[in-house]
Amino acid sequence: MQNTNGWNWEPGRKVETYADCAQNSEWLEEWCVSPDGETVARVACTAPAEFALCVNGKLSENVYEKIICPKFTPDGKLVAFVSQDMEWFLSVDNEVGEEGYGFLWDSMWADGTVAAAVQQDMQYGMIVGGKIWDNLFENGNNFTLSPDGKKSAAVVQVKSLGQADIYTFQEGVFQVAVDGEALGDVFMNVWTPSFNADGSKVAAQVRETLYDYSIAVNGKAWDAKFQTVWEPRFNPKTGGVVAPVRQGGKWGMAEDGKIIWAPKYAQLWHHQFTAEGDIWAICAPEFGKFALVKNDKPFSQTAAVVYDLAVSPDGKRAAAMARGEDRMFSVLTDTGAWNGKYDMVWQPVFSADSSHTAVRVDRNGRQTVIVDGKAYGEDFDQCFDPAFSPDSSKVLIKALNGDEYIRIVADVSEFK
Amino acid sequence: MYNEIFDRKIEDVGLQTGIDRLTPEKIEKTVKQVLEGETGAKLKVYHDTCVRCGMCAKACHFYQSHLEPSYSPVAKIHQSIGVLIEKDGKVGPDFIYQCAQIAYTECNLCRRCVHYCPLGIDTAYMMSTMRRICHKLGVTPQYIQDTAHSHSATMNQMWVKDDEWVDSLLWQEEEARDEFPDMRIPLDVDGVDFLYSVIGPEPKFRTHLIYQAAAIFHEAGANWTMPSEPGWDNSDMAMFSGDFEMMGRLKRAHFECAQKLHVKRIVMGECGHAFRSIYDQGNRWLGWKDYPVEVVHSVEFFTELFKAGKIKMKAKHPGIATIQDPCNIIRGRGLYDHLRFLAHEVCEEIVEMAPNGEHNYCCAAGGGIINCGPPFKNVRMSGNKAKADQLKAAYDKGARTILAPCHNCHGGLEDIIHHYGIDMEIKFLGDIIYANMVKTKAVEE
Repeated sequence: MQNTNGWNWEPGRKVETYADCAQNSEWLEEWCVSPDGETVARVACTAPAEFALCVNGKLSENVYEKIICPKFTPDGKLVAFVSQDMEWFLSVDNEVGEEGYGFLWDSMWADGTVAAAVQQDMQYGMIVGGKIWDNLFENGNNFTLSPDGKKSAAVVQVKSLGQADIYTFQEGVFQVAVDGEALGDVFMNVWTPSFNADGSKVAAQVRETLYDYSIAVNGKAWDAKFQTVWEPRFNPKTGGVVAPVRQGGKWGMAEDGKIIWAPKYAQLWHHQFTAEGDIWAICAPEFGKFALVKNDKPFSQTAAVVYDLAVSPDGKRAAAMARGEDRMFSVLTDTGAWNGKYDMVWQPVFSADSSHTAVRVDRNGRQTVIVDGKAYGEDFDQCFDPAFSPDSSKVLIKALNGDEYIRIVADVSEFK
Repeated sequence: MYNEIFDRKIEDVGLQTGIDRLTPEKIEKTVKQVLEGETGAKLKVYHDTCVRCGMCAKACHFYQSHLEPSYSPVAKIHQSIGVLIEKDGKVGPDFIYQCAQIAYTECNLCRRCVHYCPLGIDTAYMMSTMRRICHKLGVTPQYIQDTAHSHSATMNQMWVKDDEWVDSLLWQEEEARDEFPDMRIPLDVDGVDFLYSVIGPEPKFRTHLIYQAAAIFHEAGANWTMPSEPGWDNSDMAMFSGDFEMMGRLKRAHFECAQKLHVKRIVMGECGHAFRSIYDQGNRWLGWKDYPVEVVHSVEFFTELFKAGKIKMKAKHPGIATIQDPCNIIRGRGLYDHLRFLAHEVCEEIVEMAPNGEHNYCCAAGGGIINCGPPFKNVRMSGNKAKADQLKAAYDKGARTILAPCHNCHGGLEDIIHHYGIDMEIKFLGDIIYANMVKTKAVEE
C-alpha cells in the first residue's frame, strides 16, 4: 500500500501551468505525476533527435537522443531510460550512471531499490541498484525484485537452441536465476518468478513436458502436476506457496502441491494474500461470469469481466474493475457493484483504515474520482490514481485540464 | 495401418519422432481422454449425422485443385478423426501420422465447407479436435511446434526477445521522423483510445508495416499506444497446433497488456487467424464469453478513419486490383462490406474474384499450414490450384494487384503467384493507404 505519510494534506487546490517547457520544446509527451502529486514530468523534444525531461516546468540541462518509459516510483523517484551514442542508461531523478548498456527496459522498484532488465552484448540479466548481474544469459525475461529489494530474479535461457530445434527445447532450456545465479532444475518453460517476503525463496510457474505444469520453489518442482497453472504467491502466515491450478478442465487452488480449493471454477486468477493468510482472487463460478472470491467463497455479484483487484489494508474488503455484458465498466466490491457505469475504470484504492474506496473513472472523455460510489463534483481532461491521507479523511486528486495541472486535497465528505 | 488411399506421406521429423514414441495403449488412452474429457454432444452429433453426401467436396480448395475424392472434407474426416471415434482410439502409430498430416497440412480450418454442408457440420471443429489429439500425442509438424515453443518462451511466435521488440518500435519511429518530424510510436501510454497489436513477423522482418500503421494513425490524429512488454503479439500458432493451454496463456498476456494500460479497445493489424484467436477461441478458453477488451480488426478501424474523414487519399492505387477475402475476418467475422468500402476508397478499380466474400477460397496458408514449414510447401501449392485459377481469371480481367488484409494470405499468395507464374503484386491495405494518403504532417507537403 502506498505510504502517504509526510505528504501535504492541507485541504485546497493548487493549479500550475508549467508553460516554460512548452515554449522551449517542439513537443511534450504524456504527463507523469508523482504519487504525492507534487512533481509532474514530461519528456520534451527540444530539437530534432534531442530530448530532455521537463520536471515541474523546468527543462533538464541533460539532453539525450531518446528518453522512454518515464515513471515515478512509490517513493517519488523519477525513473526513465535514456539513450546517447547508441548506449542506454538508467536515469533516476535525472542522474545517470556512468556505464551504458545495449538496452534497458522494464524498470521496477521495491523498498527503495530501483532495478531494470538489461541486454549487454546480446546477453541478458538485470541491473539492480546500478550494478549489473555478474552472470548474463542468452535470453532473459519475467524480471522481478523481492519485496525488500535485496534480491532479483528472472527466467533465463541456459542452453542454446538451433533453428526449429524442438527436442532440445522439450528437454528443457530455462531456469530461474537469482541475482544472476541459475537455480535448481532446468525446465521447458518457466514463468513469473515471485519471492517470499524476505527474499529467501522464489517460486515460479514451470512446464516440465508439453502437458505437465507445476510450481517450482527454488528451482524444484512440486511432485503434483496440473493441466496448467498461474502465478504462485507465498502465504505470509505459513510460508507455503499457493497457485491457481487447472485440473479436469476446471480451476482450483493448490498449496505446496495439494489442492486447497477444489477445481470447480471456469477461471481463477490474480490471487492475493492478506496479512492474516486469507486469499482473495478473481474467479469465474461459471463460464462467462466473473466474481470476487475470498477463501473459496465466491461473492454473488458477477460481471462479464473482473480485473484490477485491490484488497484493503485490513484484508477484510476488496474491490475491482468490472465490465458488464453491455461492455460498460463499473466498480465491483465485496458489498456489491456501485451504481455508476463508465467508459473506463482504474484499479480501486483503499484508505488506510479500509473504510473508503476511491476510483479513477472515465465517462464520455471526461475523468473524475469516485469515493464509495459518490463522485467528486468536477470532472477533468485526465485524472491520475487517487490517494488517501494517513487518517483516511482526505483524498488527493491529481488532474489535468487543458494546460493546467491541478492538485486537490478534498475531504471525503465532499464526494456526493 | 494406412488407409489405402493415403499414399501421399511427407517426411517430417516432428511427425516421425512423434509416432516413434507412441504405443497403441497410449494412443487409445489419449484419444479417449480428449473425446470424453474435452468434447461433447457437438462432436458426436457431427460424426453421427454426416451422411457422406459429398456436398462439401466442391467447397474445399484441396479437392477442387486435385479433383481427388480423398481430399474432400468428408473424406479427410473419415481418414482421421472419424476412424478414431469409430474405433475408440484403437489405431496404430502409423495411422496417427496420417491423421496429423491430414489435420495439420491438408485442412486450413477455413470453414468454407460449413456453408456447403446441408447438415451444418463444422469440419474445422472436427479437424481442430484431431489436432488437439495429435498435440496430446506429441505428433506435430516440426516447424509449427517450434513456433508454439516460441510462443511459450517469449509470448510471440518469432523468438523476438523483450528488448528486440521495443528496439524495433524505436527504430521505426526514428525512421519515420525523416518523413514525419513529430511522429511517435507511443509506448505504454495509459488510458488512451486504443492499443495497436501486431503479429510476431512485423518486428522481425516486416517492420515497415509498423511504420506505415503509425504513419496512418499519426495522420489521423489517433490517441494510441503500443505495449513495451510481452503480450504485444496477437498471433496464436498454439491454437493451431492444438496446445490450447498455451493458447489461453497467450491470450491472457495479450488482453492483460491492454487491461493494464486501460485502453478502450485493441486495434489489431492486418491478420486473420489472430483475430479468430482473440474473438472466438482464446478468449473463451479463458472463460470469457465475450472478449474482455473491445477488439477491432484494421479493416474495421480503417473504415472508421475513412468514414470520419480522418484519412483522405491523395490518389488511388493505380490500375485494377482484386480482393483476397481472408477466411477468418470475412467468412468468420463478416467484414465483407467493410473491406469492399475500403477497397473502393483506396483503389482505382476493383475486379472481384469469383467466388468471393464468404465463399472465397482460402489462401491455403491459413490454419497454421504455412507454419508447418518447407516440407509441406508443395502441399499448399498443389492444393491451391483453385486459388491460382481465381487469380489468373482476375489477371485476365486486368487485375495486377491483390489486396489482402491478412499476413497468412500474403505468405500463401506470394508462394502461389510465384509457383504458378502469375504476374501480380500483393498489398496490405496499410501499404496502399500509406503510399497514397494525403500526408498533411509530412515534411514533403
